[in-house]
Amino acid sequence: MKGRIFSVVGSMLLLTVCSKGNQSSAAPAAPPTAAPTNEPAAPAASSAAGGTISGKIKFTGTAPKNPTIDMSEEAACKSKYTTTPTEENVVAGPANALANVFVYVKSGVPAGQKFTPPTTPVVINQSGCRYHPHVFGIMVGQPFEIDNSDPVLHNIKAIAKANRPFNVSQPTAGMKTTRPPFTAPEVMVNLECNVHGWMHAYLGVRPDPFYAVSKEDGSFTISGLPPGTYTIEAWHEKFGTQTATVTIAGTETKTANFTFAAH
Amino acid sequence: MTSVAHAQPHAHGGGDAHHAPMSFWRKYIFSTDHKIIGIQFLFVSLFFLLVGGILAMQIRWQLGFPAKPMPGGGLLPETMVSDGHILPEYYVQLVSMHGTFMVFFAIMPLLVGVYANFLIPLKIGAHDMAFPRINMWSFWAALLAGLIMTASFFVPNGPIRSGWTNYVPLAARPDLSGVTVGQMLWCISIVVLGLSSVMGSLNYITTIINHRAPGMTWFRMPLSVWALFITAILGVLALPVLQGAAIMLLFDNVLGTHFFDPAAGGQALLWQHLFWFFGHPEVYILILPAMGMVSDIIANGSRKPIFGYHSMVFAIIGIAFLGWIVWGHHMFMSGMNPTLGSTFMVSTLLIAVPSAVKVFNWMGTMWRGNLRFHVPMMNAIGFVSMFTIGGLSGIYMAATPVDIPLHDTQFIVAHIHYVLFGGSLFALFAAMTYWYPKMFGKMMSERLGKVHFWLTFVFYNMTFFPMHIIGMGGQMRRIYDPTIYNFLKPQQPLNEFISYSAFALFAVQFLFAFNFLWSLKFGKKAPQNPWDDNGLEWSLPNPAPHGNWEKVPNVYRGPYEFSAPEAGDKDYLPQYTKLPTDRDPVPAPVPAGH
Amino acid sequence: MRWWLPDAGSTFAGPIDGLFTAILIITGIALVLVEVGLVTFVIRYRGRPGRKAFYTHGSTRAEVIWTAIPAVTMVALGLISNHYWVLIKDKKSVPPNAYRLGVHAKQFEWQVTYPGPDEKLGTSDDFTVRNQLHVIVNQPTAVELTSEDVIHSFFVPEWRLKQDAVPGMQITAWFEATKTGEFELGCAELCGMGHYRMRARVFVHTPDEYKAWVAQQAAGGTE
Repeated sequence: MKGRIFSVVGSMLLLTVCSKGNQSSAAPAAPPTAAPTNEPAAPAASSAAGGTISGKIKFTGTAPKNPTIDMSEEAACKSKYTTTPTEENVVAGPANALANVFVYVKSGVPAGQKFTPPTTPVVINQSGCRYHPHVFGIMVGQPFEIDNSDPVLHNIKAIAKANRPFNVSQPTAGMKTTRPPFTAPEVMVNLECNVHGWMHAYLGVRPDPFYAVSKEDGSFTISGLPPGTYTIEAWHEKFGTQTATVTIAGTETKTANFTFAAH
Repeated sequence: MTSVAHAQPHAHGGGDAHHAPMSFWRKYIFSTDHKIIGIQFLFVSLFFLLVGGILAMQIRWQLGFPAKPMPGGGLLPETMVSDGHILPEYYVQLVSMHGTFMVFFAIMPLLVGVYANFLIPLKIGAHDMAFPRINMWSFWAALLAGLIMTASFFVPNGPIRSGWTNYVPLAARPDLSGVTVGQMLWCISIVVLGLSSVMGSLNYITTIINHRAPGMTWFRMPLSVWALFITAILGVLALPVLQGAAIMLLFDNVLGTHFFDPAAGGQALLWQHLFWFFGHPEVYILILPAMGMVSDIIANGSRKPIFGYHSMVFAIIGIAFLGWIVWGHHMFMSGMNPTLGSTFMVSTLLIAVPSAVKVFNWMGTMWRGNLRFHVPMMNAIGFVSMFTIGGLSGIYMAATPVDIPLHDTQFIVAHIHYVLFGGSLFALFAAMTYWYPKMFGKMMSERLGKVHFWLTFVFYNMTFFPMHIIGMGGQMRRIYDPTIYNFLKPQQPLNEFISYSAFALFAVQFLFAFNFLWSLKFGKKAPQNPWDDNGLEWSLPNPAPHGNWEKVPNVYRGPYEFSAPEAGDKDYLPQYTKLPTDRDPVPAPVPAGH
Repeated sequence: MRWWLPDAGSTFAGPIDGLFTAILIITGIALVLVEVGLVTFVIRYRGRPGRKAFYTHGSTRAEVIWTAIPAVTMVALGLISNHYWVLIKDKKSVPPNAYRLGVHAKQFEWQVTYPGPDEKLGTSDDFTVRNQLHVIVNQPTAVELTSEDVIHSFFVPEWRLKQDAVPGMQITAWFEATKTGEFELGCAELCGMGHYRMRARVFVHTPDEYKAWVAQQAAGGTE
């Protein structure tokens, strides 16, 4: 980890929770430039000003080609794409920027400290037989909503260890299911659809609001951190994890860049 | 000791025969009286019959109108019904629990729990069961099992999603089925129920062997008792196999064993062998008592001795024996060695023989009779005609090549319902009406009973007969929405027709429920022998007192001496009536405690 | 609305439908015998005052007759059935020239592996297509059925073919399609909440069509 120090007023990051509103724009993503258009629900809990960690995530080497998805037996999904859709295992931006990396504070937050989860739900939408978003975070105790925008059956199987696994289905378009909140931190909970074997999503469950998912340009920001020394972990579904240590002294912004090796 | 005419009741030291007045709790709740236990089973299993029926209605809604929201669906939690639409996982739970409730908690306890308990001592001339307390525990265990099973609706992720047959690895792997607690509760409930069944069965067997009245030889026993005796033997041998399998399944789910998980060295087909090794005898547990009681009722209604009594007994034994070597016919498509399939096909086809013998003997009984069409008789004739269809449709699936297109389609659904509804349930309507006066001292309404029979008969056939057709068309079992298949779409009007018929069939059952409950209070008081029958039970007042007889009557003849020449102007001759030519049987030694 | 088995689409349909018809006739006769008998008896022997039933305990002769007739019929039916059963399901009955495909079932899809241009399974030019089964008309075809997770059942009604796919086992099921066109493959064994959705399209091609399709797939194109 190489950190450069900037001094910026820590600001609260408010991200829109995407649901119905931008489904249409979410659907026809043509790889490899596809980006998760639904951004993760913001950790809106911490309102106190604090330190910020931001950075860029890159990878070295050549990104593996995402496998194409044969949607020929799912006409309703296929029609949402203009080009052949692919999986989203490695979503790379310009200059080897790496999107869909889950960055979170692994340790350093005082154990006794409690954070109130937001009451706005985190929404995952199934559209075009893919998950939107593909990687996202949620707080323990925060509502979780699953939407289906496809007129086909999806089942949502959550493979979890610390939390109770579940497996529910949505046979028709327009269905919304609100799940009971997750009860324990877990990185990551895997979501999959067994009707469409290519559908995978990854969900980081955290007890605090200090997490982010890298955007298409590889950038991420975690803000509102109280002073302290933190271990930051970056998780990618194909490239594994990397950690860094960051010390926050006040309302400052520190940088944590990660570089994964493509394989 | 010769008993004399003026002997006071207390002169005969029957421990169970005479009792001081008991508290309500001892008399009706923690009762050891076989009749009260039978009645307890009756109410509990009728409740579960209703539960099973409600589940069936939801299944029919989904199959008839797959895209439409179910009326009243909003009352159910979002994990089952979303915006009024039944969810696929709830649909699978519906079919699984409908089967489970109907087989284990409705039909089986109705036939065995109710009528083995109620009839055996009364019909063989015993004061009570051999082990009255075990009998009480048997009821409470069954109730506990039913409550555990019901509880699985209220746990996270709900009840089982793998069919009442719980095929593995689906049932053994929570990650694949999505069921966690529900699966454990199913296993535990079945183990408890098996315990109840084994306790009951041992009791029935012991009672029949040891506690028959003087003169009640084996071949003077009514066919109902014969059938219940053989059923009890099946129960005591079959249920433990299921219990064992259920415990293995429980271990797979909870302790991480891999009996049934091929990914870890287990065997997927092992469960099917164990389950059906129990399951096929179970099918006969669900039909033999019905056959026995129908035999009694048809002889009574025909006013004729049962035709071919001995061959009827041997047919029961034959069915029970063959029932042990046919389980593989549930597995013709499972990948089991085809040569094994050939063997099971032959044994399965052979089971048609004793079944046919029984049908022909019932017809022989009616032949040249003087038929009385009381409600039990009508339902018994309904049983014969419907069981015949169920039996014959079994031949299609027994013939292995024909089974290939029909296996696991609605055709098998039609078949099991012709046997379990057309067979067992019609027999139960007959039996409930027939022995109602003995249970409650009142008669059920004859007119309502007849209306119920005819409406049930018509709607029943409208519901289940078309299932043969949609099964031939290829509609698979347990699918949530047939209309996604092009080859099933044209059949959808028939599916709708079946659903409408099923709703009507369900509605009509409330006539029976009303008749049953209304007659408890307002029914006509029953005469002592309302059906002019020969059985020992009719020598007692209605309802029979605790302990049954002061002194057990002597038995002078078989149970079916209707229209016997020596009966004079009556057309029946009870087993306990002593004619001048009859000699008293040598009294059997009184067993200890009686 | 169809009141009969689906249209015949394979060589199995002939014998199976024939046997079905034979059983229909046998059981039809038995059914008519019993139901007409019951109705006749109900009318003819309905109770009338002053009449007494005929007192009899049965007839050994009748018992022998109605034991023997069903027994002989059933044994005969068993023998005939077994002949076709062996022909359809026995391992030794798979024609040696059968075209082999791999069918892997998983919750909730069918993955069909084709041998590719070299017509051999297990080589590098194999390719797998989800939920599409392409076969050649009048060509014996053997599918190697496997399962990823739970028990599924391979069912094509027009072919009169059903075979469970069991995890931990590899089961060969063969058939010879006789009609070109598009059909459906469904799962006939409850395999979870998505059971009903486990549907694949089946295409029966002429040999030329099939070759063209394989070539197109090998080139990486879909449709």
